[in-house]
Amino acid sequence: MSTNNAPKTIQCALPSSLTAYHDLVQQILDSLTKLEWQAGELFGVHMALEESISNAIRHGNKEDPAKVVHIECQMSADRFWVRICDEGEGYDPSAVPDCCSPENLEVPGGRGLALISAYMSSVEHSICGKCLTMEKLKTVPPAG
Amino acid sequence: MGTIHRIDVSESANISVVRFTDKKIIDPEAIQELGQELFDLVEKDDRKKLVLNFSNVEFLSSAALGKLITFEKKAKRHDAELILSNISPEIYQVFSITNLDKLFQIKDSEADALAVL
Repeated sequence: MSTNNAPKTIQCALPSSLTAYHDLVQQILDSLTKLEWQAGELFGVHMALEESISNAIRHGNKEDPAKVVHIECQMSADRFWVRICDEGEGYDPSAVPDCCSPENLEVPGGRGLALISAYMSSVEHSICGKCLTMEKLKTVPPAG
Repeated sequence: MGTIHRIDVSESANISVVRFTDKKIIDPEAIQELGQELFDLVEKDDRKKLVLNFSNVEFLSSAALGKLITFEKKAKRHDAELILSNISPEIYQVFSITNLDKLFQIKDSEADALAVL
């Protein structure tokens, strides 16, 4: 069928190291650049990937070298989709305090989820918080 | 073991102007070092007026934001005045999403920041 329009896919397992995922993030950003995604959109994807993968490594797998982070990603000219799963014990995302409320402004941490939600079109937590699936649809400028 | 500086500091009158040496503030070790260099400005050097110039910064993670929040608290505790300047629209949006534009005093340019300190 239309192989030219088939989404580019990446599937991999990353070690639980906070320095081990930047090449993958760059690879995804390079692929989206080739698909003509613009700088502002790439910034948002970069932010969402940085926060979600580092959360999975730091809070999910607790940097345990015996655990990996599973990544599955699909990219096309108008859609970015990724699922990130850790091997930790899971958590309840709704229990994370709202980092942006006035009383929590000075609390370090907890801002990653707010950034992910702001930059992605949709975000879904599953398997007790062990998996995060997010999608960004490229915004189409209004015609005329 | 050479020392990598995460910030450059210059003096303008009695005001310390801080520029970040990393374009992307992501690496956990670099963020740790950045935090310590910032904290030393108020805790060791006792500087009272500081401008953080973000002109070089293209990307920063929430971990870096956390370090800046801690620095803001330390500056306040040491009666130091802190202003952020030259933040790109993309980075400003990060501050805005996380409501940190309410916590920090932010000016468009270094000159604007120097004028009010």
